[in-house]
Amino acid sequence: MSFKMEKTIISVKNLGKRYLLGQGGGEGYRVLRDVMANAVKDLFKKNNENVDQQEFWALKDITFDVRVGEKIGIIGWNGAGKSTLLKILSEITEPTEGEVRINGRVASLLEVGTGFHPELTGRENIFMNGAILGMRHAEIKKKFDEIVAFAEVEKFLDTPVKRYSSGMYVRLAFAVAAHLEPEILLVDEVLAVGDIQFQKKCLGKMEEISSGGRTVLFVSHNMSSVRNLCQRTILLTNGKIEKEGPSVDIINYYISKSHINESGSVKWDISDTVPGNNDLKVHSVSVVSSQGDITSEFTTDQDVTIEIKFWNFKEGEKYIVNINLKSSDDLWVFTSVNAPSANIGKDIWYEKPYCVGLYKTECRIPANLLNNGKYYVYIAIAYQKINEAIVQLEDVISFSVYDIGEMSKEYNGPWLGPIRPKLYWNTELIDRYPTGTDNSRELT
Amino acid sequence: MNTEHIKVIRKRHGLIGVDFNELWRYRELFWFLALRDILVRYKQAFIGIAWSILQPLFTMVVFSVIFGQLAKLPSDGVPYPVLTFAALIPWQFFANSMSSSSRSVVGSAGIISKVYFPRLIIPTSAVISGTIDFCISFVILIGMMVWYKIVPTMNIVYLPLFLLLAFTAALGIGLWLSALNVEFRDVFYIVPFLVQAGQYISPVAYSSSIVPEKWRLLYSLNPMVGVIDGFRWSLLGTVTPHWTGVIVSAVSVLIIFMGGLLYFRKMERTFADVI
Repeated sequence: MSFKMEKTIISVKNLGKRYLLGQGGGEGYRVLRDVMANAVKDLFKKNNENVDQQEFWALKDITFDVRVGEKIGIIGWNGAGKSTLLKILSEITEPTEGEVRINGRVASLLEVGTGFHPELTGRENIFMNGAILGMRHAEIKKKFDEIVAFAEVEKFLDTPVKRYSSGMYVRLAFAVAAHLEPEILLVDEVLAVGDIQFQKKCLGKMEEISSGGRTVLFVSHNMSSVRNLCQRTILLTNGKIEKEGPSVDIINYYISKSHINESGSVKWDISDTVPGNNDLKVHSVSVVSSQGDITSEFTTDQDVTIEIKFWNFKEGEKYIVNINLKSSDDLWVFTSVNAPSANIGKDIWYEKPYCVGLYKTECRIPANLLNNGKYYVYIAIAYQKINEAIVQLEDVISFSVYDIGEMSKEYNGPWLGPIRPKLYWNTELIDRYPTGTDNSRELT
Repeated sequence: MNTEHIKVIRKRHGLIGVDFNELWRYRELFWFLALRDILVRYKQAFIGIAWSILQPLFTMVVFSVIFGQLAKLPSDGVPYPVLTFAALIPWQFFANSMSSSSRSVVGSAGIISKVYFPRLIIPTSAVISGTIDFCISFVILIGMMVWYKIVPTMNIVYLPLFLLLAFTAALGIGLWLSALNVEFRDVFYIVPFLVQAGQYISPVAYSSSIVPEKWRLLYSLNPMVGVIDGFRWSLLGTVTPHWTGVIVSAVSVLIIFMGGLLYFRKMERTFADVI
């Protein structure tokens, strides 16, 4: 038995995956018309210069072993290569170099609901989805009742899933996937679906699955579920393994190193860590009060301004900036963007081609909007024309909002939810009754 | 798991064979995907089933009037409507299956980038769902033969072979075009042209007996010539097909199919990256 525990089930050696970013770096496919046109053009061109195809290594030199029954967490910032790694392990895409040896049946939960067809009923989709995920008909049949009960969709089995609420849809999709019985399970952020209650149920199911001696590779941004589920964690940074070891150590290291900054301002000093590309680089991100002070602590009645400074190096380019705000319990609060249709002010540079220089874009979150709590800021800057992100800074900075009782003079709370806006309230008398009228008799 | 079955994932080079073990393990998915196509089509369109019957019926009427009545082409001793209909059903099976097979891989982009299963299943099940349509229109043909009191000859036992040939031809071209279509999105515009031109260079609206003998072999390079001649022969007992021509058709189908398989297997490695 102890020998069995030692057995390696997945062995990854020098794995690398390269993508070629073509001109424009947009979609991967080409158009035959262009290829033929270029071939004709090349005939007349003397120097056969290679068109600007940029290489990008999504993964490089990845080596690790997983033993039978181990639960491994894979963490890292966006774009670190976590999903690419799972895609290679599940054979969706092929590595450019290196190899993986797998000794068991693999199932992946990369995205729930894959292969669901809106026109088909819940029942039909269970069989279809199961088959796509690699389950045999007999196997699905055996687990059918269990799947339906887990998803809580008994009454709607013969309704096309296009009529399902999004919650029901996700529940059914997760239920099918969760009832696979592979030796190795690859999971990518499936728990970030549905309402909180269902998320808990999913997490419970995940623990149940993994306690059955199954090997699990779990990609997540949710540090607490990685800590609960996995003994060992791998931290990926820019396609390489930065650190690997007991989950607690790695997660602490990740949090201490991560850019979640509480001083109210982040600035990148070492040149090679500056986020951006040849067209644009980020200078700094700050949270600023209405007095212009950099701070990370606000009261509910203060404006919070998020300032992004960046350099533009490309004459005439146009950018679009957006922020997403996340609450401390990992829920998105809102998305905001500097485009005219989403802006109550006016961002004159949105309309104009940028000249080369240093810019400051700010977003003001008005007072009396956020509830008390801690908020994390996600910032993305993209090319306006093609909406392709240049930088995506997740949890780049955080700030806290404190309740000083300004809104609790009459009502003591609780104030629920991530926002606490002052809204328009009014009461009107619709019909006046003479004093002394017996209400109950009058109303019946 | 008792058996030590180690799967190795690495970059594959050169020609890649077909993994029949894997296809066998996923055999149910062929049928499931085909069934999904059919279910969805018949749920969405009120005239779903009717369409697969009406389309060949209308074409038959047009062909019989123009080629049979006006142009007075020879009908090999059977009523012209039966002559064309016996050719229309394999032809439409081929044309529809080939088109939907060519579209199938790009149409499954969502699944391809999320789950692994043998990609060959996608274009194949498109042709399988075409076979189901074929069966429906075949019932109409039987009805017509009863109406015209035509008794099929014993040659009917060979019919499945010609159906298999049509299946392989549709899949062969489908494999080529579906894989090409992933990389070059404008490939799909070729398909309607192929279908239109193909209908005229195949003996659909006429009997292949009007093709001069010296052109027969060249003519038979078109795989559907062998298929349609075979259909007419085994069902209606019209003049025996040009056997050398049938063999030429079969060989050309086999070459297209094998080439398609190898090309598809080579290209499928990058489907998820490109799609």
